[in-house]
Amino acid sequence: MSRSLLSVDDLGAAGIQSIMRLSDSFAEVSSRSIPRVPALRGKTIAALFYEDSTRTRLSFEAAAKRLSADVMSFAVKSSSMSKGESLRDTVQTLGAMGADAFVVRHASAGAARLVSRWTDAAVVNAGDGWHEHPTQALADCYTLHRRFGGAAFTMAGLHAVIVGDVKHSRVARSNVKAFTALGARVTLVGPATLMPPCLDGWPVSVEVDLDRVLPDADIVYLLRLQSERTDESLLPSQREYTARWGLTRRRAALLPGRATVMHPGPMNRGVEIDPEVADREFCVVGDQVRNGVPVRMAVLFWLLGSGLPTGESSGQVLAVDGGDAHQPDSIGASDEEVR
Amino acid sequence: MSTEAESAPPVMGGVFAARAQVLGPDDVSRALTRIAHEIVERNKGTAGLVLVGLQTGGVPLAESLSSLLTSIGGQAVPVGRMDISFYRDDLGLRPVAPEEATFIPADLTGRVVILVDDVICTGRTVRAALGALADYGRARAVQLAVMVDRGHRELPIKADYVGKNLPTRRDEHVEVSAGGVAIGELV
Repeated sequence: MSRSLLSVDDLGAAGIQSIMRLSDSFAEVSSRSIPRVPALRGKTIAALFYEDSTRTRLSFEAAAKRLSADVMSFAVKSSSMSKGESLRDTVQTLGAMGADAFVVRHASAGAARLVSRWTDAAVVNAGDGWHEHPTQALADCYTLHRRFGGAAFTMAGLHAVIVGDVKHSRVARSNVKAFTALGARVTLVGPATLMPPCLDGWPVSVEVDLDRVLPDADIVYLLRLQSERTDESLLPSQREYTARWGLTRRRAALLPGRATVMHPGPMNRGVEIDPEVADREFCVVGDQVRNGVPVRMAVLFWLLGSGLPTGESSGQVLAVDGGDAHQPDSIGASDEEVR
Repeated sequence: MSTEAESAPPVMGGVFAARAQVLGPDDVSRALTRIAHEIVERNKGTAGLVLVGLQTGGVPLAESLSSLLTSIGGQAVPVGRMDISFYRDDLGLRPVAPEEATFIPADLTGRVVILVDDVICTGRTVRAALGALADYGRARAVQLAVMVDRGHRELPIKADYVGKNLPTRRDEHVEVSAGGVAIGELV
């Protein structure tokens, strides 16, 4: 079994920092006139997208192509899935065609983990239900690193405020893990109906009043409000949400000068964020998308091209894909366990 | 400064144990001065030259050569650094991770690029570097300068400027550092 990236937990702080360091090299590759290296020549990456996605899917495809890998892309609507083929059969079919890695987006939490049990190929979770979206969190951390600078890749001393529909957000879950792993303090803000029912063990504090936390925020991470949440009676109306938790012009004025505003996209301008505020310099949504490609290159290179020597273990031989790799005993073993 | 990248494949890291000092710091600086003059002689000056040091051992040597060439030619010779991890032919056989992002100071099209590394052995690092260089433009010529040539070539590659030819066994390890050149083993 190869290694996989199913959750931010698979990396830990040292792993995130190694991916950041690798991303620097791939950002340099992406800036060239010929943004392509032969690192994954001959590898095949299958993109299994069971949910609609534009940016994540194109970002992974661009990353794979810049590494010279071949991409097998799979759109559910035009595939045998519409004829009733199961996820497992699809994975085994693509595995038989020689896929070295699967990039999986699925509406059910744990789908990527299931896929990793059924295949010897590496698996990247590109979003599973309400659970996790680790490469988005890595792209966000890298964006913050580029913005705040520093060679250490840490977020110590930074206060991140995550606003909105935390309950249904895989992005929020992955980012809470990544931000806190790197040393940031995280506050969740939003209506009680959109908070997870149980936050025991989460290293976060919870606040209802956004105005109170904004003056002390280094990072404001706005989550997308899906319109069906108002239909589910979790919110009285979108206007009510905007009035209490939207980043309006008045609230933007409460932010300290160093603050950065992030959003995983696609943005509902006028709902989570004022249309004019979204275009201000502190809003780094464009950078989040741009940095997605080098970060995903780093993830694919880590999974397929190389071991990932971290600070403490450089020089050690890490498991690489292939039959002679060390076999972790448990499914989805963390990087530490693989070592 | 490890030269593990050029050593025989079975050697996978370890701590370098020096057995003999081959060149002292003064010998290295004399060799660099000689190489700088050879570069000027062969290229009839320093115009159009770009130095590219290979991570990690070649980078400080390239920087020293750049300042020597600048003082000989009277005009700044740009120096960059290149990490060839993504171009290696042994990816997947062992952990490979870039030390630092590549930095190329100029468009290489039409320039004479002098690759600088500390040790050449199999030639595979240089092959990878030639592949990487092509992605930065079509250099008019590429020349190779190394501090130590160990032999054991596996590819038809030859250095243009050599600090010292040093016959070695494959299981030996050569370390080039600020303290000079030492030969020993990885243990």
